[in-house]
Amino acid sequence: MAKNPNAAKLGEVGEEFVANSLTTRGMRVLDRNWRIKEGEIDLVVADREGTIIFIEVKTRSSISHGDPLESISNEKAFRIQRLALAWLATHQRLGSRYRIDVAGILVARSGEFLMDYREGVL
Amino acid sequence: MTLARTTSINLLGLKGEPIEIEVDVSNGLPAYSLLGLPDATLSESRDRIRAAILNSGRNWPNRKVTVSLSPAWLPKSGSAFDLPIALSILTASGQLKESDLSKAFFLGELSLEGNLRPVRGVLPTLIAARDRGVTRVIVPRENFQEAGLLKDLEVLAFSKLSQVISFLESGVRAENPTLIDIPKEVAKHDMSEVAGHVENKVALEIAAAGGHNLLMIGAPGSGKTMLAERFSTILPPLDEEEAIEVSGIHSIAGTLKDRNVLSTEPPFIAPHHSTTIPALVGGGSNSIKPGACSLAHRGVLFIDEAPECDSGILDALRQPMESGSITISRSALTASFPARFILLLAANPCPCGRFAGRGRGCQCTSLQVRRYLAKLSGPLLDRVDIRLRVESPTRVELSTSSAERSETIRIRVMKARAIAAERFAQETFKLNSQIPPSLLRERFRPNKDGMALLHALLDKEELSARGFHRTIRLSWSIADMSGVNTPGKNEVERALLLRSGAPCE
Repeated sequence: MAKNPNAAKLGEVGEEFVANSLTTRGMRVLDRNWRIKEGEIDLVVADREGTIIFIEVKTRSSISHGDPLESISNEKAFRIQRLALAWLATHQRLGSRYRIDVAGILVARSGEFLMDYREGVL
Repeated sequence: MTLARTTSINLLGLKGEPIEIEVDVSNGLPAYSLLGLPDATLSESRDRIRAAILNSGRNWPNRKVTVSLSPAWLPKSGSAFDLPIALSILTASGQLKESDLSKAFFLGELSLEGNLRPVRGVLPTLIAARDRGVTRVIVPRENFQEAGLLKDLEVLAFSKLSQVISFLESGVRAENPTLIDIPKEVAKHDMSEVAGHVENKVALEIAAAGGHNLLMIGAPGSGKTMLAERFSTILPPLDEEEAIEVSGIHSIAGTLKDRNVLSTEPPFIAPHHSTTIPALVGGGSNSIKPGACSLAHRGVLFIDEAPECDSGILDALRQPMESGSITISRSALTASFPARFILLLAANPCPCGRFAGRGRGCQCTSLQVRRYLAKLSGPLLDRVDIRLRVESPTRVELSTSSAERSETIRIRVMKARAIAAERFAQETFKLNSQIPPSLLRERFRPNKDGMALLHALLDKEELSARGFHRTIRLSWSIADMSGVNTPGKNEVERALLLRSGAPCE
């Protein structure tokens, strides 16, 4: 994957798609590609009630290597959790309600996006 | 439908415990967790089931799959849960209807390709299922012969997961394999092959008639092993109920392949003298497997070179010899297996083996000789009713060939057993060796002369209380063989002789 120059592009496209579909549902994007030494959070949004949602977006162009969500291991999920707390601490938002969602995006050859969105996976 | 439920059976000994399998498919990251103390085989089911479902053209739910086997505290083992778990996952993920799961009782291991593979313990599992009201079962094709023994169950055999699915969806049946008629077994051995040993054969005949344990002492090459190997050929064949019971035990141990599924031949099990206690009486931590003494149930357990066994090993047999069953306890489980066998022990007279006949050429010191047989403990020998000195046949015996065939002897044994069975018609036991002590002193006591002889020996302390009872049991078998109604002085004397190790008249 890393060798593929399109891979980074693909990820970006997927994140853009998720962000757009969430804003149309009335959510506010707080941060994108927030990066620290430990890793990166793809997307941080807030819903209407003020719950902060951290989203890991996984984009793939085919299922030949399995479902996009399958590549999110337990360790990875826990890393997202740690990153989420780091984000909250950095932004003085510790104590606010938050949850972690994942979005699996499959880009079909026709350019169509298929989104598998799961709330509160941890 | 995100929840599916079905039942299965986990075996504990020969008894089946019902297990409820629940599968929940919920949102969340793709994951699979199996709850309810699975053993290694069962934990590996995840990868087998996943590959089997995908290779059967179905979808694996890429969601959080939780499989729970309850009761949760009971350790579960084996690969037979593969099929019911796979079908439950398909139901919970909406690929089968809820009502499909109640159409049958499922049993089988899955291969990655989606084939159904045979499992152990089918017979006892299905008996337990039948007793809980199951009427239709689905089993792997290779287990059909075994499952087909249970006449009151509708057995459907399939070789692929996809066939099971299409049966549940649309009722398409695979053609059941034809039940092979079990060929009449040709015995490998026959008593007539053993030259001489006339007295010993009579003693074996008495042992077979009454179910008595027997010890043979003799020099190497004198014929102990030959006699023992042919002992099961003079035992009456098993009836159907016994044959199913024996097959059930062998099915759990995975040794059914060596026997016909409904073999009526009494089993002959001969563990090597280097055996361990768990191998002999049964054991295992997560699932308890029957040992040699249970595999020999309703047959013969033969231990050659008995004094060579490590101390304590043979004594582990004392409890099953008394009770006819063995209960094995481990921290998490307790299992019972039946173990009613005739014990045959063979021993050399001394470490070098030549302390026989006139004792010529024996180089052992007298202390060595005494110590050698003392390895067989007193309590064990007390449970051995017949002791034989086996001596090499003479020149004359080796050149005559008029020995009786096993079949002739077996007919006499069956006749003697029939006489005993008639006498015990009102009782719960069938063999002379099983008469409880209290009845030996009342209803089943020898006549006055016989009792007088025994009482005299008891007074002189030449007979233990157990020896007293065992002698009476043996005298009943002698009486049955010779057509005497009640054992008298004659029969008791012969019983005492057989117990003390002198050859029978």
